[in-house]
Amino acid sequence: MPVYEQAEVYLVVAAFLLAAGIFGLLRRRTLVGMLISGELIFSAAALNFVALNHFHAPEPAEGQIFVLFIMGLAAAEVSIALSIIIAVYRNYRSIQTRDLTDLKG
Amino acid sequence: MPAILGEQAAAWVIAALFWFFVALTAGGALIAVLTTRVIRSVCGLAICCMGLAGLYYYLHSPFLALMEVLIYIGAVCVTIVFAIMLAEPDEPPPAPRTKGTWLWAVVMLIPAFGVFLLMSHLSLAGPWPQPPVVRGDESLRAVGISLLTQYCLAFELISLVLLAAILGALVVAREGRTRDH
Repeated sequence: MPVYEQAEVYLVVAAFLLAAGIFGLLRRRTLVGMLISGELIFSAAALNFVALNHFHAPEPAEGQIFVLFIMGLAAAEVSIALSIIIAVYRNYRSIQTRDLTDLKG
Repeated sequence: MPAILGEQAAAWVIAALFWFFVALTAGGALIAVLTTRVIRSVCGLAICCMGLAGLYYYLHSPFLALMEVLIYIGAVCVTIVFAIMLAEPDEPPPAPRTKGTWLWAVVMLIPAFGVFLLMSHLSLAGPWPQPPVVRGDESLRAVGISLLTQYCLAFELISLVLLAAILGALVVAREGRTRDH
């Protein structure tokens, strides 16, 4: 059986994406960088959904629908997060996370 | 003889393309995480999504591959680039490369590597159920039918979520806008 017809490669790639996302989330110093790392984690979840659904589930259309919903939610999340980042930049003149230390009640 | 040779060559090309997409995904993720400038990081995300689209194609979901390119590269990455242009057009000063930052990066590698090993071990050794003998329909037609019958409510809800997100983004981004900036 060729290697692209087995689930293992896809699952390991998804694990790698998750690990890279976690590493970036912890390491990045700007809000946009953290957002990009979050997108990597989303992609890892989506790849897991499609791979497991393709190889181990009797109803193969459902994984694709779930991933479509994940993509829609990711798009909504990105638009909200970016508008928050722009609002933060207007107030602080910076999107470095170390500068965002004030709260306004 | 030439027919068999042609088949072998086709199989070789298909496998090579698969590994190319795997490398594109992993390399894009590494670029997205490791570079210092944010704009390169966005390019890494775009490369990673290109590789993911190829992997979706190998998983017999061409519609998802199309949507991945359309939504992630065409919408998400472009929006992030717009936000970078609006929020941080000038390059930030390079972070001082002291011993502390290197130590921090190495410390951060430990949980990430641990998660990778744990998930890979689970995926490779996990007791997955046997693949079903009778496969259902996974064509785009089946996806469309169940999207509009079984998952109709979720479909409507996601459009509502997107509408709310658009309005919310407009409101939030307008908030701090005053004359003196």
